[in-house]
Amino acid sequence: MVRVISRRLIQLVVTLVALTTLVFFWLRSLPGGPVDALLGERATPQTRELLTRALGYDQPIWVQYGRFLKNVVTGNFGNSIRTGEPVTEVISRSFPATVELALAAIIIAIGLGVPLGYLAARYRGRLLDNATIIVTLIGISIPIFFLGYLLKDWLTQGVHVFPPSGRISTGTNNTEVTGFFVLDGLLTRELDASADALWHLVLPAVTLATIPLAIIVRITRASVLDVLDEDYIRTADAKGLRSPTIRKRHVLRNALLPVVTIIGLQTGALLAGAVLTEKVYNWGGLGTLITDSISGSRDYPVLQALILLAAAVFVVVNLIVDLSYAIIDPRVRVR
Amino acid sequence: MRATRMRATRLVAAGAVAALMIGAAGCAESDRDGGDEGSSASGGTFIFAGAGDPKNFDPIFNDDGESFRPIRQIYDTLVTHKPGTAELVGGLAESWENDPSGKVWTFKLRQGVKFHDGTPLDAAAVCANFDRWYNMKGEAAQSQMIYYTDVFGGFAGNPDALYDNCKAQDPSTAVLTLKRYKGAFPGAFALTAFSIASPEAMKKYDANTVTQNGDSFSYSAFANEHPTGTGAFVFGGWNKSTGEITLNKNPDFWGDKAKVDKMIIKIIKDENTRKQELRAGTVQAIDFPAPADRKALAGEGYKVLDRPAFNILYLGINQKNNPKLKDFRVRQAIAYALNRAQLVQTKGPGGAKVADQFLPDTVVGYAGDVQKYEYDVNKAKQLLSEAGATGLTLNFYYPTEVSRPYMPNPQEIFTVLANDLQAAGIKVNGVPRPWNGGFKDDVQQFGKHDLHMLGWTGDYNDPGNFVGTFFGRAKAEFGDDAMTDMFDAIGKADATVDPAGKKAAFEQVNRDLAAKWLPAVPIWHAPPALATAKNVEGLVPSPLTAEEFNTVSLTK
Repeated sequence: MVRVISRRLIQLVVTLVALTTLVFFWLRSLPGGPVDALLGERATPQTRELLTRALGYDQPIWVQYGRFLKNVVTGNFGNSIRTGEPVTEVISRSFPATVELALAAIIIAIGLGVPLGYLAARYRGRLLDNATIIVTLIGISIPIFFLGYLLKDWLTQGVHVFPPSGRISTGTNNTEVTGFFVLDGLLTRELDASADALWHLVLPAVTLATIPLAIIVRITRASVLDVLDEDYIRTADAKGLRSPTIRKRHVLRNALLPVVTIIGLQTGALLAGAVLTEKVYNWGGLGTLITDSISGSRDYPVLQALILLAAAVFVVVNLIVDLSYAIIDPRVRVR
Repeated sequence: MRATRMRATRLVAAGAVAALMIGAAGCAESDRDGGDEGSSASGGTFIFAGAGDPKNFDPIFNDDGESFRPIRQIYDTLVTHKPGTAELVGGLAESWENDPSGKVWTFKLRQGVKFHDGTPLDAAAVCANFDRWYNMKGEAAQSQMIYYTDVFGGFAGNPDALYDNCKAQDPSTAVLTLKRYKGAFPGAFALTAFSIASPEAMKKYDANTVTQNGDSFSYSAFANEHPTGTGAFVFGGWNKSTGEITLNKNPDFWGDKAKVDKMIIKIIKDENTRKQELRAGTVQAIDFPAPADRKALAGEGYKVLDRPAFNILYLGINQKNNPKLKDFRVRQAIAYALNRAQLVQTKGPGGAKVADQFLPDTVVGYAGDVQKYEYDVNKAKQLLSEAGATGLTLNFYYPTEVSRPYMPNPQEIFTVLANDLQAAGIKVNGVPRPWNGGFKDDVQQFGKHDLHMLGWTGDYNDPGNFVGTFFGRAKAEFGDDAMTDMFDAIGKADATVDPAGKKAAFEQVNRDLAAKWLPAVPIWHAPPALATAKNVEGLVPSPLTAEEFNTVSLTK
């Protein structure tokens, strides 16, 4: 186990160094840049020159890269070009928003997806199974932003079941502790704020959950069907074991392995999906930060740090997935 | 046993979620009730949905509309505009005058005005602001003072700098001396970037410290947390997690006190979401509703308020890359080929109108009798043939990933213009470029294009701010280095001190732009709109998008 973890950590460092270099040079090869974005239409050539010098973009690219590496090693990601705040502050403000949304989405996806997939397999060929297949197909095919707008149009306009956007109602008194608004409300006993935040979370989380939910249902269904065909199930059945025991101990447990893998891979998809979902719901998390940093101001420092963070999250989640393999399937531990 | 415990845990969890959901629904209900109770003829909270983040709240370091919106509520300028117009009226200065040389400006200040920190506004405070700007140290800070560099030419030690000194003649008289006359004044004194801040607060919160860290800057506590002006609202905070800027009523404001107790500017970048928030009743006003939504919103009873158009969209012609474009007849042919009336009708936001010169009719120097280019495709063909330019092929650059007040839908406008040109026999090679990812560089810095679409929203009421900005000097955008007549005429008009003479000179410039030079073709003036809920009263749309919200009240 220790070897697995340490190997993964080395992989992480190598990945991050490679990514950092790639991102640094890629960003600088793009047309336009922070100077252009910061200056708008009104700047004189004189101001352009001043800003280029002030930002150090007049120096050779290798000098800029060296300065950047030195900063990263010392944990200094610089300040956001757009807001002037330290990058770490900008990211740590947006991070909880996205994690809160992604967690809610993954809870919905797993909580509904595994039982649905299991039931579809168990009642193979029956109405429930067919309905599940059709609904999941729609779930996978429907573009997130379209679904988002659709849900908003149905449930926020006219009938006002849910709020159209944001993480909490404007002007709500909420004390931030962790940045997870639902949790913060519980911690500070501002239950109104917590409930309000949860109310705001429903539509974005449902939107974001659609694709992972559909995938989890399908994988679970296929996997359970595979396991049901295995000899050991027939053996267990023949031995006269009660079917709830077979289901729990043999079918579900063995069928879960590919599902866990998919959940790991879906983390990346969740982050990508968050970009669209957050835009639709004005969510203010990492997805919003990424789009703002690319299209608005070419916010190099924020982008660089964000890509590093995304890579780190991806590697860590997959490490957790691998470790949970070992828990679910003892054979992995032996290997 | 284990199974039972798990089942119990699940039940508790499900129950907790259900309880929270019910609580949430209840809370939503009570929120809406609360909102209704708050709406009365005065008082309450006015929530305005803006379209982007501000940068900070120190006026001098900003140049964008989203930063200026809160800044305008917190601070005042010496000179300002009559609400709803671009006409200059007194702000912190009750009156102002300049001497015959045009270099010395004397401001008579309003009496009894106090900054939000309780310190008095006097001539010394005004001069402290001018001195601060001129003496700003460090490239980091100076590079962020876009308007100051543009208007005042530079900083202490720079021979181009316009500023000489500012003296407090007495507590209510500030005398500003410039090194030479500049036509931008007095209009430029009304620029939000030149708002007057409390010298005490700037000192206390270290306003001048702009430090560079890596690729960017960090601003002072004054700029971020303690902006202190004399305006109708006092800064209450900026919650970046929720994207809300809170402004509280200033009970000691010198002018008409705010009617609402509190104003919240909520940042919602997506125009569709802004509209949905307005419909859901969670905000009371939104900026820049999509042109396509205006009719629907108006039909549902929302108020769609047009700002008088203070902008221009033009088709730029770069004379450098294709020698044919140096021929005046070819440029005229392009102008005749464009069916601008139809474009306005099909693609223009409501209230847009065809432009026949490069400034709106509310600006001094607008001439009523310029040569107009009515749509005439045969005339265009004939001119092209006379100039030996049949079969002309032009690279037409247009921006993507952007929407500007004067150009809400660049791709659609491009398609219509390109079709018109093709109908007249000009082959168009469309080149889309992301706004910040190449368009501005390619067009304004490198001049790679033959044709392009761009525009401008005026900063203050001055013709130099429009035609001077575009055609006052050789620019890569137009590749017009040889048009020295045009540069000289604009330079001369801008340097005329006598107001009547200046007006006449700019009128002639506008006539010549159409009849002699035609470096670009003016397309339209498009009013950017605001939309508000039915219960919002007193919001006066400003041509300069410089709305003051102290007049806004909420009725039942």
